[in-house]
Amino acid sequence: MRFAKLCRPVPLLAATVACILALGACSAGSLGSNDEGGGTTLNFLVDNSEGSTKPAQGLAEAFHAKNPNITVQVQQRPGGADGDNIVKTRLSTGEMTDVFLYNSGSLFQALNPQKNLVPLTGESWANQVEDIFKPTVSVGNELYGAPITSSFGGGILYNKKVYEKLGLQVPTTWTEFMANNAKIKAAGIDPVIQSYQDTWTSQLLVLADYHNIAATDPGWAEKYTAGQVKYAQEPAVKGFQRLEEVHKAGYENKDYRSIKFEKGISLLAAGKGAHYPMLGVVVGNLATSDPEHINDVGFFGQPGDDASKAGATIWMPAGLYIPKSTEGAQLDAAKKFVAFVASPEGCDVQSKAFPPSGPYMVKGCELPADVPAAVKDMVAYVKAGKITPALEFSSPVKGPALEQITVEVGSGLRSAPDGAALYDKDVKKQAQQLGLRGWE
Amino acid sequence: MSTEVEAPTTGRPATTAPATPARKRKSPYPYWFYLPAAVIFGVFFVVPTFSSFFFSLTRWDLTTYEFLGLDNYVAFFQESALITGLKNTLIYAVVTCGLKVVLGMLLALLLTSQIIARGFLRSVVFFPVLVSTIGVGLTFPVLMDPSAGLINKSLALIGINGPAWLVDPKFALLSVALVDVWKGVGLATVIFIAGIVSIPREYFEASSVDGASAFQRFWRIILPLSRPAITTVIVLALIGGLRTFDLIWAMTRGGPGFTSDVIASVIYKQYQAGFYGLSTAGNVVLFILVTGIVFPLFHFLTRREVDL
Repeated sequence: MRFAKLCRPVPLLAATVACILALGACSAGSLGSNDEGGGTTLNFLVDNSEGSTKPAQGLAEAFHAKNPNITVQVQQRPGGADGDNIVKTRLSTGEMTDVFLYNSGSLFQALNPQKNLVPLTGESWANQVEDIFKPTVSVGNELYGAPITSSFGGGILYNKKVYEKLGLQVPTTWTEFMANNAKIKAAGIDPVIQSYQDTWTSQLLVLADYHNIAATDPGWAEKYTAGQVKYAQEPAVKGFQRLEEVHKAGYENKDYRSIKFEKGISLLAAGKGAHYPMLGVVVGNLATSDPEHINDVGFFGQPGDDASKAGATIWMPAGLYIPKSTEGAQLDAAKKFVAFVASPEGCDVQSKAFPPSGPYMVKGCELPADVPAAVKDMVAYVKAGKITPALEFSSPVKGPALEQITVEVGSGLRSAPDGAALYDKDVKKQAQQLGLRGWE
Repeated sequence: MSTEVEAPTTGRPATTAPATPARKRKSPYPYWFYLPAAVIFGVFFVVPTFSSFFFSLTRWDLTTYEFLGLDNYVAFFQESALITGLKNTLIYAVVTCGLKVVLGMLLALLLTSQIIARGFLRSVVFFPVLVSTIGVGLTFPVLMDPSAGLINKSLALIGINGPAWLVDPKFALLSVALVDVWKGVGLATVIFIAGIVSIPREYFEASSVDGASAFQRFWRIILPLSRPAITTVIVLALIGGLRTFDLIWAMTRGGPGFTSDVIASVIYKQYQAGFYGLSTAGNVVLFILVTGIVFPLFHFLTRREVDL
């Protein structure tokens, strides 16, 4: 037992892989025999959020309608750190599905793309991809992924009805934002919703502050990757301080420690809370959970110190990748599927399956006219050019413990400077594990 | 689990072995008879153990590795969550082990006395042991919700303002420990019942002739004579507590923040982040820690037993 404990990852992994193999073999085999044309089946792994499964399912069906001899089977995996674990393990053991969806940016870099993924630089659609997206799925000169799903903003989702009722203006500086909060609190509404039972939701005030960091120091990301600037220093420490300020002022909802994301977003939609620091991608969830309130929710970028530089942090869409383990006819079919996804037709299919949360990263793609209000707010930032891709798209360095640290800072268990310093340590560990230069 | 308990037990006859030297000289089985077991043991236990010692010294992505020396150990000991994790692990192990021994003994006394529906009650106490840990870990957070949970609503009925259980950093770890005790006390009870039942009736008869009180019977007969059972429970509960992971992970994920992190969850987070070498180093540390605590403790407890 003691020995078994010590080496648990290995047998567990082997067992998981064996099960997946058995399942995969089984479903592919039985489908193959049912399929009259004897066509190809592509397995397609996506995370289990609605924003991924619905577009994936839509794409799979539309692609099959167009190419009847290729069937795409969508498989789900958990999101977050558990999902990272699954993707990395399956890639390392050569058991990845034929195509898979995964984050672009720093998480993509951590997949060891040169070793694990098929380069797609020469594909016909490659020059149709927006230039802002390309670096987030590239290593050196090679492109490894196609954009799938839409981009989205990260900042503050707010309730427009509450703003209307209290006669508030969308803030362009942090001071204005806090002044709005004071008025909202006086009106008996929770100014800032937090939902720490889903720890990832606690990171937004830090991550969405990146536009403000980059506005102050445009070269910050490069210096950060090289280990020359730290989160514990100005201007980056501001994100942690803002999180702390919100807690100290008592602006969080009373049950911020025990609620989950779904409850948080429904509090916002119902107007029981005024602001929710969040990713714009969740607006699509409102279409199923609170369709009647979906247009009450608006979006603004996290305000900084300088009103003239106000803008929003933007998150890039996920990437669609082909692992090196996909070969032969499967590989041809997989490439065909990727080309379909990265086309204006693919964008339209996705929009029909799930409301997009921001512009697509394929040239020629249009957003439908009836997108929710928050998405329109987001598109306005993009059109005005007042956007910065989040730090994870400009730097491979991202510590795994940020969400625990932000929970501690946001709950008053740890001070902002202390939290920022701890995050710097966490980042250092990750950089060392990645073997980056300048961090030894 | 049984190997841990039995290994030293088989060691004990060896100390009194001179009486039967023939046994040592010739095994009743031919050597090839051991081969299948040896192969299984070698492939699944010995090889992974030694390879994990090796991989703990590398930067490892499951297929390729780079030798780092002791860097992973340095990084692991610098991990700021480790100190909290270590402290929490010890608190958790001691609290769950202590409560399981005390409550298990009390329940065993109750369930060996002449009460109605004894067999049924014994099953009821044992039932939580059979429930899946993850199931328990998903159910209790709902019951322990600070405002909407059944526990605090019930407490509110009798005028008590219940704590925020899992989301209050002061209570999170203890809340999980209490659930662990609820789930594990049945096993301790069953072991105690077996211990108490196996005490020869003569002692009780003799003591009642001598006019011993119930307390004296417990203190002078039951407690000393069920020492093997107590040893087993302490060792099992302590090992379980030291390497606890599933319940904590299902209930709090080490949160809020890092406040209910134990060593195993700190290690798991490294693994989750893809730091395979680092997390293997953590596992080696956990292995040494558990061995370092349990081995001497077991010897201490069994020596007392032999003295008796």
